[in-house]
Amino acid sequence: METKKGYFHSFESFGTKDGPGIRFVFFTQGCLMRCLYCHNVDTWDLHHHKYELSAEEAVEEVEKVRAFVKGRVTVSGGEPMLQAEFLSEFFQLCKDKGMHTAIDTCGFIFNEHVKKTLEYTDLVLLDIKHIDPEKYKTITSQSLQPTLDFMNYLHEINKPVWLRYVLVPGYSDDESDLRKWAGYASQFSNVERVDVLPFHQMGIHKWEELGKEYKLKEVKSPTMEEVKKAELIFKEAGLPV
Amino acid sequence: MEAYKGFKGQTWKDEININDFIIQNYTEYTGDESFLSGPTEATNTLWSKLSEMFVEEKEKGVYDAETKTPSQVDAYGPGYIDRSLERIVGVQTDKPLKRGIFPNGGLRMVEQSLQEYGYQLDPITKEIFTKYRRTHNEGVFSAYTQSIRNARSNGIITGLPDAYGRGRIIGDYRRVALYGVDRLIVEREARFKACDPDELTDEVIRLREELSQQISALKALKRMAASYGFDISQPADSAQKAIQWTYFAYLAAIKDQNGAAMSLGRVTSFLDIYIERDLQNGIITEEQAQEMIDHFVMKLRIVRFLRTPEYDELFSGDPVWVTESLGGMAKSGKSLVTKNSYRMLHTLYNLGPAPEPNLTVLWSESLPENWKNYCSKVSIDTSSLQYENDDIMRPELGDDYGIACCVSPMEIGKQMQFFGARANLPKALLYAINGGKDEKTKAQVTPTVFERVTGDYLEFDEVWEKFDKMLDWLSETYVKALNIIHYMHDKYSYEALEMALHDVDIRRTQAFGISGLSIIADSFAAIKYGRVRIIRDQDGDAIDYVVEKEYVPFGNNDEKTDAFAVKVVELFMNKIRRHKMYKNAIPTQSVLTITSNVVYGKKTGNTPDGRRSGTPFAPGANPMHGRDTKGAVASLSSVAKLPFEHANDGISYTFAITPDTLGKSRDEKAANLSGLLDGYFNKTGHHLNVNVFNRDLLIDAMNHPENYPQLTIRVSGYAVNFVKLTREQQEDVINRTITTEF
Repeated sequence: METKKGYFHSFESFGTKDGPGIRFVFFTQGCLMRCLYCHNVDTWDLHHHKYELSAEEAVEEVEKVRAFVKGRVTVSGGEPMLQAEFLSEFFQLCKDKGMHTAIDTCGFIFNEHVKKTLEYTDLVLLDIKHIDPEKYKTITSQSLQPTLDFMNYLHEINKPVWLRYVLVPGYSDDESDLRKWAGYASQFSNVERVDVLPFHQMGIHKWEELGKEYKLKEVKSPTMEEVKKAELIFKEAGLPV
Repeated sequence: MEAYKGFKGQTWKDEININDFIIQNYTEYTGDESFLSGPTEATNTLWSKLSEMFVEEKEKGVYDAETKTPSQVDAYGPGYIDRSLERIVGVQTDKPLKRGIFPNGGLRMVEQSLQEYGYQLDPITKEIFTKYRRTHNEGVFSAYTQSIRNARSNGIITGLPDAYGRGRIIGDYRRVALYGVDRLIVEREARFKACDPDELTDEVIRLREELSQQISALKALKRMAASYGFDISQPADSAQKAIQWTYFAYLAAIKDQNGAAMSLGRVTSFLDIYIERDLQNGIITEEQAQEMIDHFVMKLRIVRFLRTPEYDELFSGDPVWVTESLGGMAKSGKSLVTKNSYRMLHTLYNLGPAPEPNLTVLWSESLPENWKNYCSKVSIDTSSLQYENDDIMRPELGDDYGIACCVSPMEIGKQMQFFGARANLPKALLYAINGGKDEKTKAQVTPTVFERVTGDYLEFDEVWEKFDKMLDWLSETYVKALNIIHYMHDKYSYEALEMALHDVDIRRTQAFGISGLSIIADSFAAIKYGRVRIIRDQDGDAIDYVVEKEYVPFGNNDEKTDAFAVKVVELFMNKIRRHKMYKNAIPTQSVLTITSNVVYGKKTGNTPDGRRSGTPFAPGANPMHGRDTKGAVASLSSVAKLPFEHANDGISYTFAITPDTLGKSRDEKAANLSGLLDGYFNKTGHHLNVNVFNRDLLIDAMNHPENYPQLTIRVSGYAVNFVKLTREQQEDVINRTITTEF
């Protein structure tokens, strides 16, 4: 019997943004990306987890509030796939209990455990932060290619995907980039929905608390019009926004 | 009879039986809100006239007040906003917003309130109620024991209706529309005649006197309606008359009594039957139907009572609790949602949001999805609704109950309550630790039989045992106080009109309440699972506590901590149950604070959970501010564990969430809120206030009240105009947990 534990930063028992319906959201600890605008910067370091749960215990947390979440689970982070070995076991248990499983990932990690996790995953929320490899690297400190490969794989296995795009003024709001991103995304038939997530400054205090330098201090949230404009570009490319 | 043309069924014709009439004749509506009409020109004109008066009222505190004639059903002549435009008429005195006086409850209260707003009580009226006529307030204080006086003045029992009307009685105002007043008088007279057994005991004599008073009140009701040009002796034969007759009956109640809560009951789907009939017969249009409901609701929004500033500090924002219950399921399995349920909610758009009437949705998972989503949308747009769990109340109370005040369910026309405010449990815990000595006033409040805690640390077994004993004293004192109050209220300020609209033989409950439950649960969790050191002053009294080891607070769905809250609810209820109640009433309990959580907090010293002296309690059954860190669902789950069978006068939970947290699109938000309500009530939660707003909005409203005249928020069990709260209360609301996690 596998006894791998999951390392978690926190839980949200009323998630409404990470997949359909009210969901139980697990935030895992640990991430390899170093996104400039990360609003959960305190999830980066894998060793500083607050909670440690077995798959059974994690399922139990969901069961406690099943009346609300109706068995809908999302794992976000951090980067959940860093703990794919645990996840494959956890999601298998969830599916045994008739739950709906979603994973919120940037698609950077790919291995056998990830493949197995995806077998028990109903929906992937995939964050493609930029379409230009250089700019992607500027924002995340990592390369874009693994994410594109991951998307291809999801397409290959026909896994439902919701794409997410964080709109950061000055970093990811260039119109021609947006069109390129939309053109790329629109070729996949398994993309069910695209969400434009406006950048916000709500994570700033966490950077300060951790004594890390926050480079986006001066960046403002996009206006409603700017968000609408990005959404329109995506719509024009035939994406389900 | 012409008035009953097209109505089905016989039982309701043979006997007074509104429930049967509704079930036989109502039309369930499962569609959506697209049929609704906007406001008419007359509606807009009337509402803007009132809105101008509200501005003046806010500046002066009261718009106008009577200084001489005590209010009675027919004490004042007719009054209007604009007679030519009003589809539904009638105001409490001779002018809208002018407040009547009710010296029967207590003269001092009347005098003080008048003075506060620059009016002088007429010397003759004063003389009558000083020299010749005792008041409820005088009666109560002439009988109070020393223990009650101590408990009251030190604030361990507060808010008792000993200087104001008890309220929480709902007349079945619909009876006047369906039967006409004459038939109600005939029924009463027959019972009066029959009430002549071989032995005339106190009880029988009292009943005979009450019946006589009720008959007089019904006659006065007819006279009052006649002054507006209506003969209400016979049944109403149109929708307009049915609404008008029902309103006259309610109006008579609020002319007769200044009760703390003067609730309306459950009239909406009843009235729908008349509206539906007139619509079918082409007598009215949808626009006219909505106009009548808008005008009716406008009247309910201008119910006013004269009260002292201290009273407003406890129950802020001028609340009347014109509570109207909507929706719910019928025993048949169909819902009781009608088109008129939608019209009632739609007034919040046609007239803008408002705290009154206190619109209460009786929620069941089986309600039509369209209705659920409409309610959720209204909550998101207006924050003016509260929700209560029909699925746990219906089995006990049937399908024709309504909510009195905030959360108290009762069968309409068949049940009443002896209202009893609440006891301060955190103070009881501090008394247990200090041997009955008050931590703030230093007065010895209890008899000196209680031993204090002497060690350096609070040990669970010792504290629990002492707390248990302290609750024995508290419950006994509390029951005695209520028995005296209700004896005197019946004697000096009997609600003849409201009781005339009940069955003669009714069920009575006596309602006790507790405040600070989450502090108690947290304190015991801190003592048992954390570690709490005592700090003493020079007298050796415990005055502060240091929590040396962390504990999990109430509101995080933690079994061990939540169990304390559950246990204390049951424990206190059982202690109350051991005593004899006035008129053999059934004792009940609520976990509800209204807005008095702020005042209770002020009067209570440091508590073992780490709460600082003077900080507000959490409202109702809420977890303490900011301690429920695991998100909304965990918090709701903790509260849903509280046992309704030991608190069946209601368990109040006030919930605030930002619009963004609910989801992305309007439809998604509504569906998620409906899902949240389904989840909470499926978990047997009882009551939920739903506020949907951003903190920034409230801060702006606090600083620029002139821009937010109609901003409405739900507090414990009712809604208020945010700008009418005191600064302290506004800050309390802003500091409360608003769910924003994502």
